[in-house]
Amino acid sequence: MDVALGNSGLPPMILHLTILLAFQLTGEVISRLLELPLPGPVIGMTLLFFTLMIFPRLAAAITPTSRVLLAHLSLLFVPAGVGVVGHLDRFGSDGLALATAVIGSTALAISAGVLTFAGVARMLGKSK
Amino acid sequence: MTEFTEIWTYLARDPLLWLTLTLAAYGVGDAAFKASGRKPLINPVLIAVALLAVLLRLTDTNYATYFEGAQFVHFMLGPATVALAVPLYANLGNIRAAAVPMVCALFAGSLTAMISGVWIARALGASPDTLLALVPKSATAPVALGVSDAIGGSPSLTAVLVITTGITGAIIATPLLNLLRIRDWRARGFAVGVASHGIGTARAFQVHETAGAFSGIGMGLNALLTALLAPVLAPWLIGLY
Repeated sequence: MDVALGNSGLPPMILHLTILLAFQLTGEVISRLLELPLPGPVIGMTLLFFTLMIFPRLAAAITPTSRVLLAHLSLLFVPAGVGVVGHLDRFGSDGLALATAVIGSTALAISAGVLTFAGVARMLGKSK
Repeated sequence: MTEFTEIWTYLARDPLLWLTLTLAAYGVGDAAFKASGRKPLINPVLIAVALLAVLLRLTDTNYATYFEGAQFVHFMLGPATVALAVPLYANLGNIRAAAVPMVCALFAGSLTAMISGVWIARALGASPDTLLALVPKSATAPVALGVSDAIGGSPSLTAVLVITTGITGAIIATPLLNLLRIRDWRARGFAVGVASHGIGTARAFQVHETAGAFSGIGMGLNALLTALLAPVLAPWLIGLY
């Protein structure tokens, strides 16, 4: 592992990005080959997660780079968001219904999820 | 004036301009967010998107030209999603301990997102085609677009709904969760990830690393569950049976 992580000659940041891209690429290939309903990056994330369980030292090595990427995760959605503005007219005559549905159901889904999580966690805690 | 036109013609065609402006607009949004005392309503993504949309309109630039520059930022979404494995791994103990609450919350959040969205829109008179596009709106964009296409919805309308759902979740999560008086970062993050995918996860990471990690799992699991359930649920929800 030391050879792969420290002495390969690549600067750490570039090595870490290479690792992340390699997992994404593997995820894309698996997603397409097996025609899975999951996107490549999500499969790549799952593969990296299991790889980290096998090689814990890899986690320590790529933590700084992944932290930088995730701290500014919002930025990465800006280009897609700009694309949406041009399509807002697609809401058309259903605009009010869709806006209400998006806001209402997002609030309901967050509430249902968080109350279930907290409720079940409390029940399990009591039964122990 | 001619000189300016020449420079503009060069810049307008070059990816550099819109890449720089994308980063700058986000910088403005982030500065506003921090200056507001990190208020959730002052969402950096929303501010950056609004600024750039106005700029594109004023300069009469189409989205394809803009995206030539912005694609470098957009591209990083893939490796960033893979990088979510790192906080997941760091929270391994937390995750093992919370497996049962997570699975229950996944079904509750995912089903509520799909069913309530369609019911609200249907009650307000939306057309069946529109309802189909609404079903997968809480899943991460690539999954939602594929699902929408598979169940006969419009993927481009779904794209708009996915992004607006994400921004809505990022904005309402903190006040809503405080109102519900849930202080458990695992529960808060997970519910936000299930309901509002990556944009909600980005917001969760701004608040707390454990919330971010659980939000990332919520996003990944809901991508899977939506892909499996939406094709079964959609005909029933739209009332075709």
